[in-house]
Amino acid sequence: MFTINDHAPSCTQAALTGLPPRAGLGLKTGHFREVLGSQPDIGFFEVHAENYMVDGGPFHHFLGLIREQYPLSLHGVGLSIGAEGPLDHQHLKRLAELIERYQPQSFSEHLAWSSHGPVFLNDLLPLAYDTPTLNRVCEHIDQVQTSLKRPMLLENPATYLAFQHSTIDEPEFIAEVVRRSGCGLLLDVNNVYVSCVNHQRDPLTYLDALPLHAVGEIHLAGFAEDSDSLGDRLLIDDHGAPIDQAVWNLYRQALERTGPIATLIERDNQVPAFAVLLAEAQHADALLMGAGSQA
Amino acid sequence: MSTQAAFSAALLDVRLPCPDGLCSPNGADPTSRFSVYRNNVQGSLINALTDSYPVVVQLVGEEFFRAMAAVFVQEQPPQNPLMNRYGEAFADFIAAFEPAASVPYLADVARLEHLRTCTYHAADATAVRPEHITAALTAPQALIDLRLQLHPSVHLLDSAYAVIAIWAAHQRDVTLEHIDVNHGQHALVLRNGLEVEVFALEPGASVFIRHLIAGQPLLAAAQDSPEFDLGQTLGLLIARNVITHLNNKERP
Repeated sequence: MFTINDHAPSCTQAALTGLPPRAGLGLKTGHFREVLGSQPDIGFFEVHAENYMVDGGPFHHFLGLIREQYPLSLHGVGLSIGAEGPLDHQHLKRLAELIERYQPQSFSEHLAWSSHGPVFLNDLLPLAYDTPTLNRVCEHIDQVQTSLKRPMLLENPATYLAFQHSTIDEPEFIAEVVRRSGCGLLLDVNNVYVSCVNHQRDPLTYLDALPLHAVGEIHLAGFAEDSDSLGDRLLIDDHGAPIDQAVWNLYRQALERTGPIATLIERDNQVPAFAVLLAEAQHADALLMGAGSQA
Repeated sequence: MSTQAAFSAALLDVRLPCPDGLCSPNGADPTSRFSVYRNNVQGSLINALTDSYPVVVQLVGEEFFRAMAAVFVQEQPPQNPLMNRYGEAFADFIAAFEPAASVPYLADVARLEHLRTCTYHAADATAVRPEHITAALTAPQALIDLRLQLHPSVHLLDSAYAVIAIWAAHQRDVTLEHIDVNHGQHALVLRNGLEVEVFALEPGASVFIRHLIAGQPLLAAAQDSPEFDLGQTLGLLIARNVITHLNNKERP
């Protein structure tokens, strides 16, 4: 039912992640017991790596039990791959330990920076796209993949502003990072939509400029609406709302191009009841099945 | 200053202007767009403290708490990506934070909440079975050298205030009316299975457990402590599954 179709880049995907081409959910601590009790039919669970960098206790207890029953995607939010300074080798070591312990089917991080010097800013901050940044990001990804002994997926960002001295278009920058480093793409469809609205671009043109042959996982999430000083729409990637219809539509168009790919429903704020998230996952599963049967 | 240095400085210090070199496609003032990042950074760090210190929030109200947390965030932003650990120094900050001086027990409540978080995430260890402990305690010749190793989740807090009673009242929506807040308490924080538990100890029992953690033999630890009920204290440690190792041998 969920076989990868002939047109999908199955060789690349198989090498990039071992996640099934189904919908998955972010694992919330408030849902641990419900997941274990009800054993929902979910393709995989995803966790933020940093939350599990603790010595012991309930987080490891529950993740261990859930990992026995489901594939796992480990998603980092603190490596600061785009930082001007060197990577935090302590943090890389902690990641390697988590990967050793849980053997996740996928490891992903962001095209962003979040640390400067000793300070961690706890947000995914934007990069100037130029040759020095490109070289640095590729070097850092190379260090990550060497240290973790596996390819990683890099997530395209949601951004609110740009840098005057950027010389490379964002999707081209991402395509070049993927080509040089051999990493895969975590295609965040919500981020594509948010960035395209914020930067007044056409989402489909942006999507087609991305290295879609290298997509190993897809993220879907909700955004918040704001406006800038001119009163234009400014979308905030806050993971605090249901997935918008425009993002579902763009997801369908992405699947036409990639074939069925493991898809995460992300929700980090205003987390609803598990059943609400499960319904979104089921909707994504239906679209994934459709994409598989069209091939 | 590098691009990220200027960006980073302006994110943390709201008095600084929006950094140079930023643009938006429609020509809007980049300040309004930069403020999204500033709000994300400030908001997420303050929210992290709000989540870690729920009783402190209740004691001073959300508005005061967020203003106090904003000063802390600016003075002491996180030094690594492990947000579970952020706010280790928050209690000391509160103790020195002049506007909160009218709530003298606030810092100790923060200390207790922080210890609960440490206990929750502490390393796992298996408890010694009660019958093995009882057997060790009834072997007179071995008793002199018997040392108890306690679970890594065990923490102690000595407060000049009724810190446990104040904390507990906020778990049940009870007012502080009937609590003598100036009655000092000695807290034992531990994880029993998956649950974090807090107990009030006699002062001597708190000293005794500190001696045990420092590696003193059981009898010496008891003798070196102010008067307390040894049987009751050992009973508590056994019942809450925090004795993780028995060592009868003399230390080399």
